[in-house]
Amino acid sequence: MTDTFRNRIDLEMTVNGEPIELTVPAARHLIDLLRTDLGLTGSHAGCEHGVCGACTVIVDGETVRGCLTLAAQLQGAEIWTVEGLTESGAIADLQKAFVERNALQCGFCTPGMLASAKVLIERDAVPSREGIREHMSGNYCRCTGYEAIVDAIETTLRGRAGGDAR
Amino acid sequence: MKASIGGYARARSIEHALSLFAEADGAGRYLAGGQSLVAALNLGASAGDMLVDISGIEALRGVRIEGDRLVIGALTRHSEIERNDLVARHVPLLAKAAPLIAHDAIRNRGTIGGSLSHADPAAEYPACAVALDAIFNLEGPNGRRDVAASEFFKGLFETDRAEDEILTAVSVPVAQAGERHAILELTRRSGDYALAGLAIVVRGDRHRIGAFGLGDRPLLCEGAMAALDRGDVDAAATAIADDVDPMSDIQASADYRRHLAGVVLRRLAAELGVAR
Repeated sequence: MTDTFRNRIDLEMTVNGEPIELTVPAARHLIDLLRTDLGLTGSHAGCEHGVCGACTVIVDGETVRGCLTLAAQLQGAEIWTVEGLTESGAIADLQKAFVERNALQCGFCTPGMLASAKVLIERDAVPSREGIREHMSGNYCRCTGYEAIVDAIETTLRGRAGGDAR
Repeated sequence: MKASIGGYARARSIEHALSLFAEADGAGRYLAGGQSLVAALNLGASAGDMLVDISGIEALRGVRIEGDRLVIGALTRHSEIERNDLVARHVPLLAKAAPLIAHDAIRNRGTIGGSLSHADPAAEYPACAVALDAIFNLEGPNGRRDVAASEFFKGLFETDRAEDEILTAVSVPVAQAGERHAILELTRRSGDYALAGLAIVVRGDRHRIGAFGLGDRPLLCEGAMAALDRGDVDAAATAIADDVDPMSDIQASADYRRHLAGVVLRRLAAELGVAR
C-alpha cells in the first residue's frame, strides 16, 4: 500500500442530522457503512448490484443506491435513512398511508420505497399514477403487486397538495 | 457480493489523476459515478483494482457552448443532463435519452463520461453520440487528443480510450434550426437496458441513426439512413435488419431484436413525420 492509495478511509459525514467521524475499508459500500458500522439496519441490502432498490437512501437531498455507492466517495455528505426520516416526522403522512393501505407485507422493500417516494412527494407537481409508477420503477416489491404502494403514495401526494385524501 | 479493491485515492486534478494511475502500476482504474463500475466490482468481475476517484475534479464538470458546439463535462450526471437548459435547447436528443437510463437513484450518480467509457452496447448515450457525430476529448500521459464517436467504440465494452486516459468531455454540434431528434427503446421493464433502441438525428434532409442493444457496440445504420433520406420508410425498415448485428442472450434472441429494430424505426419515422 502506498501513501497515496489507501485501504482504509477516514470520513466525516452527517447521518440523520448527526455529525459522525469514522474510518472504513476502502471497498465499504454506503449500505454496509450504515448497517454494519452504524447499526442502522432499517435500510436493506438486497441484490447488491443496483437492481432491486431495497438499499435506496437519501444523499444530499437525492436518492442513491446504497449498494452502488462507495462510502469513500461521500466525504462531507448528508445522509438520511428511514430511521432519521421516521424520527424527524418528515414522512409521517407517507408512512401512515402505507400502513392504512397495507402497502407492505414482509417489509423488506419498504425503507427503500419510502426513500424513493419521499423525493416524489416533495416535488410541487402531483404526477399521474403512471408517473408514480415510473418514478418507483427502480424499487422492487415481491409481496404487494405495487397497487397498494401506488395508492399510498397517491394519497400522500393529494394530502400534501391540499386535495381530498381518500 | 462485496467489492474487493486494492486501494483508493482521490484525485485533485486531471494531472494528479494521471500520476496516481501511473503509480498504480497496471492495477489502476478510474472511478467516476460508479454506477457501472461498482456493480461490476460487486459481481466480482474485477478485483484488486487501485481506484483513482476522479469525481471531485472540477475541470471535468460543467456544460458550456464553444462556438457551434456544446461541450459537456465528463462528470455531468444523467439527472443534470435531464434538467440542463443548454442541453434541452441545443442537444435535445440527450435530454430525451437521459430519463430512459435506469432509475432516479442511478441517474443521480451516474455520469455521461462514465457511461461512454463503459461502452455498454445496450446503453443510450453511446448510440446518441454516434447519431450526433459527437467528438470525445481524451487526456492521458501523452497529452490530449480528440476521437470521433464513430471511431471510439471498438466492441463489447471496448473503446479507443487507453486504460490510463481520461475521457474529459463530449463535444456535440448544436442543433441547427429545424433539426429534430428522437429516441425510442423497447425494454421488458421501465429502466432496464434496451432490447432494441434507436436514436435519430434529422439535420436538413439527412438522417443519422444510432442503434443500441443491436450489436456488440453502438452502430450507425447507414442503409436505413439512406432510405429515410429518400423518404422511404418501408425500405428503411428492411435495410435496418442488415445494418444491425444483434446477439442472442437471456433477454431476447438475435432474430427478435432484429425484428424490434424495424418496429422501433417505423414508430420513430411516424413520430418524425417521415413520408412513406
